[in-house]
Amino acid sequence: MKGTRHQKEWGRVGGPVAGVFMLLAGVLLAVGLCSAASGPAIPSIFKPESTPADSIYGLSLLVLTITGLIFVIVFGLIAYVLAKFRRRSDDGPEPPQVYGSNQIEIAWTVIPVLIVLVLFMATARVIHAIQDARMPKGAIEVTAIGHQFWWEFRYPGLGVVTANELHVPVSDPSHPTPTFLKLLSADTDHSFWVPRLAGKTDLIPNRVNNMWIDPHETGVYVGQCAQYCGMQHAKMLLRVYVDSREQFEHWVQEEKKSTQLSDAVNEGRRIFETTACVNCHTVSGTVADGRFGPDLTHLMSRDTIASGGAANTPENLKTWIQVPDSIKPGSLMPAMKLNDHDLDALTAYLETLR
Amino acid sequence: MASETIALSVVNHGTRPIGDRLHDWVVTVDHKKLGILYILYALMFLVIGGIEATIMRIQLIVPHNHFVSPEVFNRMFTMHGTTMIFFVVMPFLFGFANYLVPLMIGARDMAFPRLNAFSFWLMALGGFLLYFSFVGGNGLYGAGNAPDVGWWAYAPLTSRAFSPGHSTDYWTLALLVSGFGSIGTAINIIATILCMRCPGMTLGKMPLLAWLNLVMAGMVILAVSPLTAAQMMLSIDRYLGGHFFDTQAGGSATIWMHFFWIFGHPEVYVLVIPAFAFASEIIPVFSRKPIFGYPVMVAATVCIGFVSMSVWAHHMFTIGMNSYANSFFVITTMAVGVPTGIKIFNWIGTMWGGKIEFKTPMLFCIGFLFQFVIAGLTGIMLGTAPFDWQLGGSYFVVAHFHYMIVGGILFALFAAFYYWYPKITGRMLNESLGKLHFWLLLVGFHLTFDAMHIPGLLGMPRRIYTYEPGRGWEVWNLITTIGTFIQGIAILLFVANLIFSHWKGPKAGNDPWDAWTLEWSVSSPPPEYNFAKIPVVKSRRPLWDLKHPEDPDWKYE
Amino acid sequence: MSSAAITRPSIEPEWVLPSRGRVGMFSLIAAEAAIFTIFVVAYIFYIGKSLSGPLPKDVLELPIFGTVCLLSSSLTIHLAVTALRNAKVGAFGLWWFATIALGAIFLAGTGLEWNHLIFDKGLTISTNLFGTTYYSLVGLHAFHVTAGLIFLAIGMIFTLLGKVKPEHSERADIFSLYWHFVDAVWVVVFTVVYVIGR
Repeated sequence: MKGTRHQKEWGRVGGPVAGVFMLLAGVLLAVGLCSAASGPAIPSIFKPESTPADSIYGLSLLVLTITGLIFVIVFGLIAYVLAKFRRRSDDGPEPPQVYGSNQIEIAWTVIPVLIVLVLFMATARVIHAIQDARMPKGAIEVTAIGHQFWWEFRYPGLGVVTANELHVPVSDPSHPTPTFLKLLSADTDHSFWVPRLAGKTDLIPNRVNNMWIDPHETGVYVGQCAQYCGMQHAKMLLRVYVDSREQFEHWVQEEKKSTQLSDAVNEGRRIFETTACVNCHTVSGTVADGRFGPDLTHLMSRDTIASGGAANTPENLKTWIQVPDSIKPGSLMPAMKLNDHDLDALTAYLETLR
Repeated sequence: MASETIALSVVNHGTRPIGDRLHDWVVTVDHKKLGILYILYALMFLVIGGIEATIMRIQLIVPHNHFVSPEVFNRMFTMHGTTMIFFVVMPFLFGFANYLVPLMIGARDMAFPRLNAFSFWLMALGGFLLYFSFVGGNGLYGAGNAPDVGWWAYAPLTSRAFSPGHSTDYWTLALLVSGFGSIGTAINIIATILCMRCPGMTLGKMPLLAWLNLVMAGMVILAVSPLTAAQMMLSIDRYLGGHFFDTQAGGSATIWMHFFWIFGHPEVYVLVIPAFAFASEIIPVFSRKPIFGYPVMVAATVCIGFVSMSVWAHHMFTIGMNSYANSFFVITTMAVGVPTGIKIFNWIGTMWGGKIEFKTPMLFCIGFLFQFVIAGLTGIMLGTAPFDWQLGGSYFVVAHFHYMIVGGILFALFAAFYYWYPKITGRMLNESLGKLHFWLLLVGFHLTFDAMHIPGLLGMPRRIYTYEPGRGWEVWNLITTIGTFIQGIAILLFVANLIFSHWKGPKAGNDPWDAWTLEWSVSSPPPEYNFAKIPVVKSRRPLWDLKHPEDPDWKYE
Repeated sequence: MSSAAITRPSIEPEWVLPSRGRVGMFSLIAAEAAIFTIFVVAYIFYIGKSLSGPLPKDVLELPIFGTVCLLSSSLTIHLAVTALRNAKVGAFGLWWFATIALGAIFLAGTGLEWNHLIFDKGLTISTNLFGTTYYSLVGLHAFHVTAGLIFLAIGMIFTLLGKVKPEHSERADIFSLYWHFVDAVWVVVFTVVYVIGR
């Protein structure tokens, strides 16, 4: 009888304890799996490709190790206490009434203080390394301006203006060409977050912030706005194209060109320049010089429109112009209410903006 | 024989008309009735806030879902956050404090009973105002009804330019009004604890629940006031053309953040310290030992109270403060973890060498302990600023604070419910239903909030009404949503238990748990005046002394 | 032993705890101090940051007379409370009235100053950052002076009706804590706005 009851009682506590253990193991496994998650499209913070993200990753390993150890110790203590000191029979005297112990209190004060000091020093080093880094000579300078709900990118040194898709050169450690970004906002708070390249930094109106990236591998890195900025915060997406040096030079050259005016799309251009489009958009080399919306001079050089809201296809362009709310409800692009003929002509014109 | 209870006959209210009895509740200044009113109010909003959460989780169950529009989703996360913090957790905690503190210190009521009632009704008005926005908030076309600016309401999103109409004003006014109520309650708690303890109960002999509520009340005084000031400033901006947060006029968006988080961080300690109080009363009783290290627990809590006033900008690591400022807030954030860790060890020390009984209150306390440790560890991760530059503003943070508030505070609150419901109503809650509630909630909680950490690690920011497929976020969002339903069932079971047990639960008697503090010396429910004779105490566990006259506490303290 | 005493035996130390009213008032003062601190911080933060005029040095004059009145009212209220404690109800009434008068003069002075700023100098709460922070901070203080005057007036009415007795001196003393706090806030506001910020 006693043996049975003993087993049953173990089951009462052992079962749940084991269950929770398994749950934890599952979680850890999942974390492990997703940190090994493949695919460049997955913006995992555990797959850094740029020095700021690398430094953070390194720090995170230290922090995870320390917190993991603390967890194992504390959880082990709790599990042990629950198993060993559970009430085993119904009637028994009260256990010894222990009120405290000064030595133990000192021990479990001093050790956490030491852990805190170690963590702090490691952290302060990384903070300084990332925030106080000096801009080297070969750096690309970009001014990023956050808008509701799109990104404006200006390259003051190169005379390039674009939107939503940021092109930067890959940075070779022997001849570093990092990109240093100055972050501004035209309206509310935003945050620039491309996890594989760097931690996030906010864009705050009436304030200038700075960040930098030096990507090691070419490719496309995705991110999005990480500070709630209004209705369409969710679709203020980011794409960073890390090009090889040659690709980047080529891209810059293309972006610097003004529009090539083509007669075939005169009608579309006329529609563009005589409706409200010019109030918000710029097409360099024409009369359109609005700055409220993205610069469209090289619209077709981008893979997406509506800051990542849709792929850049003629169909999507038409939908975006006619019914923007179907792609991004609440975005500040007004529905232009054109008839089908005008819409086709306009789209044809926009398709020439390479 | 000092404090013995005098047998009383419970006055039979059954024959009075229902109108009179309701009137009693409306005009009451009795701390016990007000405590119950706070708790019932919070329960109602817990269900409402839970529905808001469920709506969000259904919208996020798959990418590009169309369950609700972005307008509705943005209102949901704003209302969910505001409701849960100001109209669920705070009223729960004020309710329990109101009910328990006078009973545990041997007093007959709070220091200022009328102020007590006034504070409750102010808080109730605040909740009503916030929800009235759904009906009354229609301003300009497209301006929306309920507030949709997030529960931190960052400037300049809250300015007239970006939030036309009145929705933001409902947020501001609701919190301003209930903030005054909170300050009133805090004043009451402080005055009660400092001025109305029974003879013999020095500050070193009062229950830990009293100490911790004293610290909590002090923090409310120092933390809610900055929020009140910021709300006034926001209103001046929105109504009188002020420029406090008007970036076009040279104003600063970051100063709102500083003012808000000077409130916001101590606020979360205001929420968690009473949860510590529940654990500190319940764990000893079900381990059959006194709390380990009472003086250290007091010192650690006071320490937490002070240090927590200096950590606020760890919510602002990404706004571009310089490296020295960031480093300062890293060290203070980590420093506050030390006294917190000490408390965890003291609770383990209490259980060590004890005879643990796994009744429902204790199960919830164990859940609290386990989850609070994990939440504290993810908090340390977030406190290392560069790591926060990745994790901040993402679902990792959302998971962290829900771990704290649901896994920690709500579990401790449920422990308090199961433990003190017999005292409040005179009947025991059903133990089997209680255990079912615990296990269901545990499973649902872990499904939701363990899984929720992962999209944050994979780049998913918070406050987004939908997300892109192909980023590895889908399966984790799915699991998170499934857990929500399981938690919902658990909570509904709990509400059913509350109602059912009120009429059918077994009678509790004065002291069903064989506990040691003064509230267990009076009948269940207590008489209106609490104590026929004000007790005189000699130690921290007056009922232990009575039950064990051969081995009283005062010999060892 | 025939009829034994039922009262508690032996000598127990006297159990004395602070007065509820005093602790309550100190807590209220702490909360109010925190609110004022935020407004003062905002004021200091925005010194020199207005994008347009008028600027403090152009329009602000030191409100010496009002300040002297307000600070003196702290003295008069103290004298009032002391008088009441010494059962001199008549003297209490006189000093209490003096407090009201001095407080009212201070408020009137603020009113005149604002009238001048708004209509002569064109400074309103929406003019610039200085206007916003100045009117909010000084206005919040003036609001607290007004609230204090209302309570003082109520006390005055009770005095005139003969209802105030020496045993009420404790309550008057607790109220005077609030009044002293309002004066202390003015010292800070005066220093920050009229001395440092100008």
